[in-house]
Amino acid sequence: MSVLVYTETEDGKFKKAAFEVASYAKEVAGGDEVVAVSFNAADTSELGKYGVSKVLNIQNDKLNKFNAEAYADAIKQAAEKEGSKLFVLSQSANSKYLAPLLAVHLNAGYASNVIAVPESQEPFTVKRSAFTNKAFNFTKITTDVKIVGLSQNAFGLKEREAAATAEDFSPELKEGDFTVNVESVDKAKDKVTIADAEVVVSGGRGLKGPENWGMIEEMADILGAATACSKPVSDMGWRPHSEHVGQTGKPVASNLYIAVGISGAIQHLAGINAAKTKVVINNDPEAPFFKAADYGVVGDAFEIVPKLNEKLKEFKAKNA
Amino acid sequence: MKILVCISHVPDTTSKINFTDGDSKFDTNGVNFVINPNDEFGLTRAMWFKEKQGASVDVVNVGGAETEPTLRKALAIGADNAIRVNTPAVDGFQVAKQLAKVAKEGEYDLIIAGRESIDYNGGMVPGMLAALLDANFINTCISLEIEGNKATAVREIDGGKETLTASLPLVIGGQKGLVEESDLKIPNMRGIMQARKKPLNVLEPEEAATQTEAVKFEKPAPKGDVKLVDPENLDELIDLLHNEAKAI
Repeated sequence: MSVLVYTETEDGKFKKAAFEVASYAKEVAGGDEVVAVSFNAADTSELGKYGVSKVLNIQNDKLNKFNAEAYADAIKQAAEKEGSKLFVLSQSANSKYLAPLLAVHLNAGYASNVIAVPESQEPFTVKRSAFTNKAFNFTKITTDVKIVGLSQNAFGLKEREAAATAEDFSPELKEGDFTVNVESVDKAKDKVTIADAEVVVSGGRGLKGPENWGMIEEMADILGAATACSKPVSDMGWRPHSEHVGQTGKPVASNLYIAVGISGAIQHLAGINAAKTKVVINNDPEAPFFKAADYGVVGDAFEIVPKLNEKLKEFKAKNA
Repeated sequence: MKILVCISHVPDTTSKINFTDGDSKFDTNGVNFVINPNDEFGLTRAMWFKEKQGASVDVVNVGGAETEPTLRKALAIGADNAIRVNTPAVDGFQVAKQLAKVAKEGEYDLIIAGRESIDYNGGMVPGMLAALLDANFINTCISLEIEGNKATAVREIDGGKETLTASLPLVIGGQKGLVEESDLKIPNMRGIMQARKKPLNVLEPEEAATQTEAVKFEKPAPKGDVKLVDPENLDELIDLLHNEAKAI
């Protein structure tokens, strides 16, 4: 029985999340085949390295822009064609958008925010994060067809020796699939997003004003990181809302999270708890963030960050 | 325009998260329940449509009688009617099924739910509801305007946002941005008094299968103490991040 994965692309190229869901699916599939569905991918062979043996690459100009309903309909038809009982997708904004639609179309139980391979296959039980990372929840999916939404960076990449063959697949799309229309997209080019980033550098109220973000952006540049901020900072308009991380903002699940001048309100910590390593730089040793962090530096961010940036530059030059 | 706002009854953000019955149930002891923050942004936007465009706003929750104070709070904020479907919320699909029945019978034009509840973080009810109703759906919505039968919405995407249009009926997965936090309404005394007299209809559930089951919960292992690094010795921090955490 094959496991089906949705391998997301950006401008025709696979995202890291695509390789991660493929790696995860192969681990779960064991000896069975992993089949990927992609939309207008330029080169599908890369997926082989992560355990995919067949790619259903849907080529259709109408699907150049993401459309949740149309993508869900196309994936449903792929799942039915393959007879797959398990479908895995990432937890990107787009995947989270289409997953519940697909779940209804396939009459499949859906577990979101899954962070590990199934605890058992029979019954099918997965571990997921809940209570905004303050707890884990083991969820049993009781339907015949199952959907797993894998949290970013929860499994990582696992390379395997396999070759992916590409197969053209042309699902039949209905007019009703295109009733929500994208009018315009406003997206920073060549900037790492918080969702995809390995490292996130984040600033808080301790930075005193938007004019002081240069050193945060510099650190992000050095580390190839995404920039983020605390809620008060986005509320005051110092930084765009899209950078706000925390309970009501974006979740962070990067390998490294560096917080500068953020005290660590409970809502903020909830949103960044899934980051693997947390560093805090703050002049208040009583700041709650020190209880949540792995490494901390107590002191003035305006002195520490520029020094740290110099040292990180040296480190990167040596370890490039 | 008839608007239905779906309200989740969730522990407030500062609650201690504990479990009982062999870690199989959330421990509600001493927990203060509130309107799910993602739903509250939607409710406040709905109030704007009520005030500026003459919309009617109903609120609905799937749950036992213990959720009624949360619905009363939504009435105090300004919703016209409340509906409670009298069955525990077990999984996303079962909740979506119950909501779909209410939505269909009430012939709502716009249905607003939060993108996810802050307790189970399932993030599936709005989308499932839209699919069950065969209505248009826009998730992670941070701005919404309605003119006649046409909605213009902004959706948050990874690394940016996009503007979408769709006709009603429409289901929204809402979040902060629909209104600002400073626009959230705290019920005043008049609102609270009025809310007592507003209708809160209790409906019996329809038969709905579940697809998932939360079997147990676990709290994260206690974290070790933070390792403090001397600001004069930042090389140590880089060494720890590289060799110990393997994060750079």
